[in-house]
Amino acid sequence: MSTPVALAFLAASILFIIGIKLLSSPKSARAGNLVAAAGMFIALIATLPLMRPTAANAILVMVGILLGLAVGAVGAYRVKMTAMPQMVALFNGAGGGAAALVAAIEFAARPHGRSFIAGMLFAAVIGAVSFSGSIIAFAKLEGHFEKPVTYRGQQFANAGLVLLVAVLGFVLAGPSHSLALFVIFLALALVFGVLMVLPIGGADMPVVISLLNSCTGLAVAADGFAISNLALIVAGTLVGSSGTLLTLAMCKAMNRPVTNVLFGAFGKASTETAAAAATGGAVKSIQADEVALLLGAAQQVVIVPGYGLAVAQAQHEVRMLADELGERGVDVKFAIHPVAGRMPGHMNVLLAEANVPYEQLIEMEAINPQMSRVSVCLVIGANDVVNPAAHEDKASPIYGMPIIEAEKAGMVVVLKRSMGKGFAGIENRLFVRDNCRMLFGDARASLQELVAQVKAG
Amino acid sequence: MTADILTFFVFVLAVFLGFELIFKVPSMLHTPLMSGTNAIHGIILVGGLLALAGAEGVVEQVLGFVAVVLGAANVFGGFMVTDRMLQMFRKKKR
Repeated sequence: MSTPVALAFLAASILFIIGIKLLSSPKSARAGNLVAAAGMFIALIATLPLMRPTAANAILVMVGILLGLAVGAVGAYRVKMTAMPQMVALFNGAGGGAAALVAAIEFAARPHGRSFIAGMLFAAVIGAVSFSGSIIAFAKLEGHFEKPVTYRGQQFANAGLVLLVAVLGFVLAGPSHSLALFVIFLALALVFGVLMVLPIGGADMPVVISLLNSCTGLAVAADGFAISNLALIVAGTLVGSSGTLLTLAMCKAMNRPVTNVLFGAFGKASTETAAAAATGGAVKSIQADEVALLLGAAQQVVIVPGYGLAVAQAQHEVRMLADELGERGVDVKFAIHPVAGRMPGHMNVLLAEANVPYEQLIEMEAINPQMSRVSVCLVIGANDVVNPAAHEDKASPIYGMPIIEAEKAGMVVVLKRSMGKGFAGIENRLFVRDNCRMLFGDARASLQELVAQVKAG
Repeated sequence: MTADILTFFVFVLAVFLGFELIFKVPSMLHTPLMSGTNAIHGIILVGGLLALAGAEGVVEQVLGFVAVVLGAANVFGGFMVTDRMLQMFRKKKR
């Protein structure tokens, strides 16, 4: 590698570092993304002088880049804001797949010394796991086999598979260099990615995607070792370590250790006891016109948005309702649970899309002390994040998770499609409280009616 | 010190740097941050480009081509989708 190229890769690495730094503060986040993109541009340009392709390969390179660009751009701009998490999962899977393939080509073409083989094998196995795992995560977020898939002896089957992959890895690191074995090795890693994610419930997919994201980073870094490219090592490692910390931060927001997310599918027994405990009262429904009266007469209204809001695409309607109420002198705030929706920050993104002023979005810790002074709390398509079982029922699978204390408000109105359970699959004892009313129906339709009623009233 | 050790040196420092960089991040930025770092590991495209450029034989060409397509989708899609998310944060003043 010539000095100018090496310096360009150094510049790219520095821009990645600055980019990640800026990304972690709300004000500079967008600039941070652009800085990182500039780093990527420099890295790609710096790669050009290193390539000495044949004419055919040069054409393949250009077609490949254009095709990837088209797929990426269409995916990024066509996807609805509600489907963002799935898109991130897919892009992550693509990166993992690429990392595994680069390792495969290196293995087939250039048998190196021992340390390089190790990097190659690591990149292949982690990249493959990330690829297939991300696709399952994508499918789960799209609503396919959302529920944890479990069977007897699952842990043993998975552990056996890991052992088998490890043994194959050691054999491959030796002098044998068998291509057939390498293919089996890759295939087993792909299978493991599927089996690892299948038993995890859809609600935990953000954590899984974050984990697989950091895995892809490590696979890329390992590829960097295999092909002696420092830019890959630095960028991949940064993603790997920052991603690990991010994964832990997400688990902390749910008050669950990461091992519990990965290996402990929600227990069936505890769900049943929680359900039995919650049936100590009847659910009371309410009509839209009554809700409108309540809201219009309220001093302070707190809106708790959840995934149901995202599914119903009702972010604009909720903003209209907030505006209408605001004009009538009602103090309206949005209470954002860190893991509301399918991803941390999902609600912030959605509401920002609908032009809800940033100052109206209040984080859980800040809103909870105020909840007892709130006249009406409007829960829209949120469930587990307002379930008091998290405080009261030690047997509940969500026990210990911080929640928005909606039950402390003077009146709680829950907009809900039906009496279905939340993503965690457990009953919500908030719904049977004396101060809770249910407004059944599609969130968007209900909100439109509420806006009309508030305007009329 | 050999080149291998120096490379390892860089790796270990990068591990710590990654931890330090996002030590305190508000939860509302978790998704954009994940998406942004997701785009950064798209640097695997560099590896894909080098592999495809030096590919010999159809098998290597096919694998290299797929690697480049996937890598490019990761890079371009990743940065674009992150920008789209963060654009939403910027429009907060009406």
